[in-house]
Amino acid sequence: MKKVLAVILFFLTFPFLAKAQENNKFGAGEIHGNFQMMAQNYLVDSTIGAKEVSEKIRMNSFANLNYINGNFKAGMRYESYEKALLGFDPRYNGSDITYRYATYTNDDLEFTIGNYYEQFGSGLIFRSYEERGLGIDNAMDGIRVKYKPTAGVYLKSVIGKQRFYFAKGEGIVRGLDAEFNLNEILSTFLPEFNPEKARYTYILGGSMVGKYQADNDPIRILPENVAAFAGRFNFISDKFNFYTEYAYKINDPSLTNGFIYKKGEALFVSANYSIKGFSLSASAKRVDNMDFRSDRNADVNNLTMSFLPAISKQHTYALPSFYPYATQPLGEIGEQFEVSYNFKKGSMLGGKYGTLFTVNFSNANNLDTTQTGNEQGYSAAFFSKGKMLLYRDLNFEVVKKISPKLKTTYTYMYQVFNKDKVQNVSGYGTVFAHIAVFEMQYKINSKKTFRAELQSMRTKQDFGDWAVALAEFTVSPHWFFAVIDQFNYGNAIAEKRAHYYSGSFGYTKNATRFIIGYGKQREGYLCVGGVCRLIPASYGLSFSISSTF
Amino acid sequence: MKAKKITLLFLFICAVLSVNAQNKIPAVNVKTIDGATFNTANMVNDGKPIIIDFWATWCKPCVQELTAIADLYEDWQKVTGVKIYAVSIDDARNSARVKPFVNTRGWEYEILLDPNADLKRALNVGDIPHTFLINGKGEIIYQHAGYAPGDENELYEKLLGCINPEVK
Repeated sequence: MKKVLAVILFFLTFPFLAKAQENNKFGAGEIHGNFQMMAQNYLVDSTIGAKEVSEKIRMNSFANLNYINGNFKAGMRYESYEKALLGFDPRYNGSDITYRYATYTNDDLEFTIGNYYEQFGSGLIFRSYEERGLGIDNAMDGIRVKYKPTAGVYLKSVIGKQRFYFAKGEGIVRGLDAEFNLNEILSTFLPEFNPEKARYTYILGGSMVGKYQADNDPIRILPENVAAFAGRFNFISDKFNFYTEYAYKINDPSLTNGFIYKKGEALFVSANYSIKGFSLSASAKRVDNMDFRSDRNADVNNLTMSFLPAISKQHTYALPSFYPYATQPLGEIGEQFEVSYNFKKGSMLGGKYGTLFTVNFSNANNLDTTQTGNEQGYSAAFFSKGKMLLYRDLNFEVVKKISPKLKTTYTYMYQVFNKDKVQNVSGYGTVFAHIAVFEMQYKINSKKTFRAELQSMRTKQDFGDWAVALAEFTVSPHWFFAVIDQFNYGNAIAEKRAHYYSGSFGYTKNATRFIIGYGKQREGYLCVGGVCRLIPASYGLSFSISSTF
Repeated sequence: MKAKKITLLFLFICAVLSVNAQNKIPAVNVKTIDGATFNTANMVNDGKPIIIDFWATWCKPCVQELTAIADLYEDWQKVTGVKIYAVSIDDARNSARVKPFVNTRGWEYEILLDPNADLKRALNVGDIPHTFLINGKGEIIYQHAGYAPGDENELYEKLLGCINPEVK
């Protein structure tokens, strides 16, 4: 540990050295960073289920500092949870330096020691990333080297351990990734060939990731080294784009898969065609026993190596995102289609200012499996779907500008959500919901804008019907004021037909913002990129400030 | 242990105060919409200003901002020669949707993909949208977090100010 500190000390005092050598080529470096603080005061409300919080006020904050001097970069992050806001894992407790690194780059080589984030391909077998709002941070701590030996060839290698709250996971992660841009490679052989002007681009990639974790299991014989492989191909032309990636993992008995010895695999395919004003896209995904983590005993969002995003549309309005889908890494098969058309200005449907129309469909089922009754657990047919529907979503959106001042958006969505399976609960069954949203934005003048949303969700299951109304008033460039009420008017239990109202305002100056809010937050899932976090119901005053410098 | 770390933090803050902030764009590898690796050190515009706007397909205010600027972009280019890089931080869930999304809306920006937020982190961006204005010398002279309708007017004033420093 002392050694590590000495290294950090060296890098952190580097600016002084640089300063001392102001006249040589180092010059003076630059320091940048950001800062964010979120605090919430908790009050009790029995109707919505907001429980007493003994600290009364809780706070999450962090600051990043990054130093850059020519080819050299170093930085750190300080995080503080005193105590963590409700909904964040309580293992985020206390304050400490959680991220520090130093990177040296020259034209073709980049070398990082300390912490880093990295992704191979689309992340099927390796993605180290942070999603601060969800409390996800599986940063690597170790060494990373990136090297470009020749035009069009990109190599990356990583080794280290992943972050686990204020500690590190037990498993050692090692990985290699190679990407070949065939056009750029060709240009080294054919100097007259310009890859930027080529009509078609071909990119190939492959990666290999392994983890090591000692087998301390008294009964089972567990693989101490688990390897995973992935290959990808991307074809791009002006109008057409095709991407596919396949991943394979050897047997990896773990807590989440019930310690079965089956191999894992995942396939992701996406294709789209687009020209100005029109696009068509389709994607499909099959995931089979692909929960890959650097610790076989980890669960929830901890120590994940594989990143398997949902392929349903990511909704942003409150009610359409009420039942968010999250990928089932143990097994699912799904597809998504989207068509989008921009009716031109002056056409019949386009009107005076044009109309944007989008229809989107997504579906996910379980796999067609047969229990094998042995250590393999089950077998799954590759091309056939299971009978159980996990998620379905058909939605239409029309964005229509009525005048230079008035813009409207209409959304309708039909959703099927297998709550028991997706949220891993029991007794709720499947939710069938019809959702409609109307949004209007009226520009009062060049600075002042009024925006309103009306949303409705009709369902016989779970909490029943909901209605949402939102009004927002903004004054550019500094102020916003918003009020929202979410009303659970259709709850089968009369006492639970509660209003969840809240109000907030904020002030922004350049890259600094503060927001003050007061009100009730319903229990729900907050999701980013198909990964979700449960936020409990809360009631009280909240304050946040953030700044980039 | 704690004390040591606090000392380090203190040293770092001293270091902050001892350096000159020049505000250059850090060199980070991202992807172009055509799959090529693009180093942000190559963000150049012949001595004319550059705007970098961080966005995502699922971010409403981002799309609102880019839609508002799209109507003005041609005029902005004529007057100032500005080039806009719209950097999408959509991850693997949505990154394949970026190109169709942009084409349907007819946006003429230079689109870059930053699926693991490497550039976003290097520029210390928190929540999106987040906009940077870079002058002809490659220095970041203005940045703005969030979007409210009308913010594009302030951005344009700053843009005019940076091509003609007398106009403030």
